[in-house]
Amino acid sequence: MPKDPTSGPVDQTRRRLLMGAAALPLAGLLPKSVLAAPATAAVNTTGLAVTDTEVTVGILHSVTGTMAISETGSVQAEKLAIEQINAMGGVLGRKIKFIQEDGASDWPTFAEKAKKLLVNDKCASVFGCWTSASRKAVLPVFEQYNGMLYYPTFYEGLEQSKNVIYTGQEATQQIIAGLDWVNKTKNAKTFYLLGSDYIWPRTSNKIARKHIEKYLKGCKVVGEEYFPLGHTQFNSVINKIKLTKPDVIYAIIVGGSNVAFYKQLKAAGIDLSKQTLLTISVTEDEIDGIGGENIAGAFACMKYFQSLDNANNKAFVAAFKKMWGDKTVIGDVTQAAYLGPWLWKATVEKAGSFDIDKVAAASPDVEFKGAPEGYVKIHPNHHLWSKTRVGKAKLDGQFELIYETADLVEPDPFPKGYQ
Amino acid sequence: MNPETTPRTGFLTRSQLVGIALLALLIVVLLPLTLDIFRLNLVGKYLTYAFVAIGLVMCWGYGGILSLGQGIFFGLGGYCMAMFLKLEASSVENTKIQSTPGIPDFMDWNQLTALPWFWKPFASFPFTLVAVILVPTLFAFIIGTAMFRRRVGGVYFGIITQAIAAILTILIIGQQGYTGGINGITDLRTLHGWDIRTDHAKFILYFVNAALLFGVIGLCFLVRQSKLGRILVAMRDKEDRVRFSGYDVASFKIFVFAFAAALSAIGGAMFTLQVGFMSPSFVGIVPSVEMVIYTAVGGRLSILGAVYGTLLVNFAKTTFSESFPELWLLGLGGLFIAVVLAFPAGLAGIYDSHIAPRLAKWFSRKGRTPTPAMPVSTPAE
Repeated sequence: MPKDPTSGPVDQTRRRLLMGAAALPLAGLLPKSVLAAPATAAVNTTGLAVTDTEVTVGILHSVTGTMAISETGSVQAEKLAIEQINAMGGVLGRKIKFIQEDGASDWPTFAEKAKKLLVNDKCASVFGCWTSASRKAVLPVFEQYNGMLYYPTFYEGLEQSKNVIYTGQEATQQIIAGLDWVNKTKNAKTFYLLGSDYIWPRTSNKIARKHIEKYLKGCKVVGEEYFPLGHTQFNSVINKIKLTKPDVIYAIIVGGSNVAFYKQLKAAGIDLSKQTLLTISVTEDEIDGIGGENIAGAFACMKYFQSLDNANNKAFVAAFKKMWGDKTVIGDVTQAAYLGPWLWKATVEKAGSFDIDKVAAASPDVEFKGAPEGYVKIHPNHHLWSKTRVGKAKLDGQFELIYETADLVEPDPFPKGYQ
Repeated sequence: MNPETTPRTGFLTRSQLVGIALLALLIVVLLPLTLDIFRLNLVGKYLTYAFVAIGLVMCWGYGGILSLGQGIFFGLGGYCMAMFLKLEASSVENTKIQSTPGIPDFMDWNQLTALPWFWKPFASFPFTLVAVILVPTLFAFIIGTAMFRRRVGGVYFGIITQAIAAILTILIIGQQGYTGGINGITDLRTLHGWDIRTDHAKFILYFVNAALLFGVIGLCFLVRQSKLGRILVAMRDKEDRVRFSGYDVASFKIFVFAFAAALSAIGGAMFTLQVGFMSPSFVGIVPSVEMVIYTAVGGRLSILGAVYGTLLVNFAKTTFSESFPELWLLGLGGLFIAVVLAFPAGLAGIYDSHIAPRLAKWFSRKGRTPTPAMPVSTPAE
């Protein structure tokens, strides 16, 4: 890795290419074995799909079904990262070849395909899954067959596995800094918690409630409600919100329900420039569906926004748009998915081996300075140290960065005092 | 095939015996010999759906009752089994890191501190085995009684079963502290200390599943050949005439519906054992309709056809989706349309019109030696 933390993968590629070009005249003088990558027998002792020139990895997301709209960005980011890594020489001298499987938004299918990637294809690593349910379905498969999964989504925590690297934020990382910020800058005292009815929003709201009631002085939760996935009738809760007048609406509504929720909020006359709304579930991808005019003024708390102003991110956004078209937007999870292949490459090179056990053992303290979100590092608990940021939604569907934590936030998947 | 024109052996005709022998040859000999354990386990999973498809042949093909909610019973059977396995996997030492050790992990995440009362009996394996069959059958009996006694039938019944499937899904997802919510009940490990995740266990479970399947097939042939089976067909074709002849039509309908439910439940329980988890995505409308498609592709009047239909559709699903991850649904849709348009009687229709006559000719030439020629409908890889 280059020392300059701002240099993106694109810069690195260029630098490696230049160095390679400079070394060319010398190449003829060296015996062949010195130039060749380390012997396959040495870097792969457990029968993974690694040859002298290639290493096979898996991509496992839903490209059909209801989750396809969310997971497509992750697939694109992973393919981009793999292409960039191959352009700069691959991993331990081997080009990455990927096998893509479709989880079809169906958890058992995820488990079936995960097993296929590990047992049949002997993938050295798998980048995939999105929903918690799909991760829970594949987790026993990865543990039983000893595979390596890089999981990109922000999620509820309460999990830690030797066989998974969580490149998104766990709940406390994403929630606490945002609540502190809204409490301090907006002087917020009353919170109305909303969520879709499944484990991530429920666990996140549980953490939010504990933090509000225990650690923020004089603050309280004035309502908490859940809606089935795909729910589109929010009028009754919007009326309750109008009656209770909370300082903050804290919304963890996912997927298509978002569109109905924000449109109905606007129709009910709740003006997001006056009413503070903080969400942890709306990224640029969701705004694409909601429409910037319906959500402008809302605040989102996560670790990445497409608008982040740093050299890594500019190079990443440009490369992403070049590969997938100008109209694509990049949300938090897409960026986290992009980290997966890079972190895996860094870990494999640190371990000097593709063996799953060695990669798992070498993972703690692996850094990636070229991350679009800025510097990240793997914690011994296999989650990432990362900054938390608050952005304000704008009419054009982008976020304007309002606040970021000064330091990296430590991941804490089993938070004491929040259970 | 007209059962009256072919010689009988016990309650089966010779051609039916040949059909069962061919299927047995495929499932018990050919597939285990040619497939690796990963693929074999997949076939085992497909065959659990075949229980549902066979149930639908009885209920829809013979009884004339189209249920679009068989996932309910598949799911209930599967959940009963999953509850037992989950309790076994949640021993105090396995769940040390939880705030309340000894209860399933998802309960702990949802702030439950004690095991709910309806989970407790599932610590017993004999109770679970009984519940796997009894809970779905009772449920079907209640639905059936409520509907058929009031003479609700046809499309209305289909819609109601679909609504119940939707309601049950929402209930399971909503009560996640008690049911595992949308994640389902995952991470099942052992059955009485026997690790069901090993290749060896999967191999054994495959044959247990196959044995149960053939038991069910035999039972269905028995029902079909009996007077009961003939009343079912009569009822399907002219319900009023059967009623005026003095038969209690509703009781027969309730019976066949509950019977199909019991078969689906066995499939569900075997699914949980072989796949290692159960989730609400098997209870809802989509899987229920998919199961009707298996039956339609196989031929809704053919018990054996249902098994072939299930295997063919699922093989196609897996193969298409592995080769074309972004286009496979189109291929699968095309397959359904092609089968329904070109062969309204499904695979069984192809067999009857193209293969059976040739087989018969062949038999008459060669005498009585039944040679296991494979039907083209066999979706072997």
